[in-house]
Amino acid sequence: MKAHLTRRYMFSASHRLHSDEMSDAENTATYGKCNNPYGHGHNYALEVTVSGPVDERTGMVCNLVELDEFVQRKILERFDHENLNMLTEFAQAVPTTENLCTTIYDILQRGFQPAHLDKVRLEETMMNSFEYAGD
Amino acid sequence: MVYLTRKAEFSASHYYHNPEFTAEENQRLFGKCNNPNGHGHNYTLEVTVKGNVDPRSGFVVDLKQLKEVLNREVLDALDHRFLNKEVPEFFTRIPTTENLAIAIWQRLAPKLQKAQLHRVRVYETPDLFVDFYGEA
Repeated sequence: MKAHLTRRYMFSASHRLHSDEMSDAENTATYGKCNNPYGHGHNYALEVTVSGPVDERTGMVCNLVELDEFVQRKILERFDHENLNMLTEFAQAVPTTENLCTTIYDILQRGFQPAHLDKVRLEETMMNSFEYAGD
Repeated sequence: MVYLTRKAEFSASHYYHNPEFTAEENQRLFGKCNNPNGHGHNYTLEVTVKGNVDPRSGFVVDLKQLKEVLNREVLDALDHRFLNKEVPEFFTRIPTTENLAIAIWQRLAPKLQKAQLHRVRVYETPDLFVDFYGEA
């Protein structure tokens, strides 16, 4: 039988929302306080949902240790306590939580084999969250 | 179609062990969860039912009846129990969060009147939960 497993992780990072394609006035109008040149930070909560048949021998969709290790190595170590604007992923793209969410989805989609990736949900604050399922 | 979710909590102990595996395999696969004396969690359960809103009552489901079924079929059986030793489903199946969600679905689905079970979500901790939609 198929089940969907969600694991939640925390990381903290800073960013500045700014597009080189826009004028200063446009950047301010679009991003408001998030355009502050010195950046600002968030405690992000990441939810990764994977799915698959429950293995009769282990009772699991996938081994949680493998998922934790992958997320730790490929995502948390890359993004936690970093300035997102300095990372290669955001050399061209604005590090909005939308873009961060799809970036994390792509890392999991490309590299995590043991179970099917359903979706990534990312909370920027308790009030804002974003979901991406590869659509 | 409207979806209604009811939340409940229960506390139980369990351990993970497959007698078909060697002791080393069990230890490697299940780690700390393999301790035969068991360990416990405060589980949070979310049961979501769906249905059309009854024009006379304005309800998707009689919440009183849902609570009764939930208490009788699930909470009375699981709360403050050692799942491996006291809950028949787990005499043979490993009481992972996945199998717990499936077992709760199987206990509830045949007992619900009118409303249709949509999802069973079981939180083992605030950082780990499993959804089961009755998919084969």
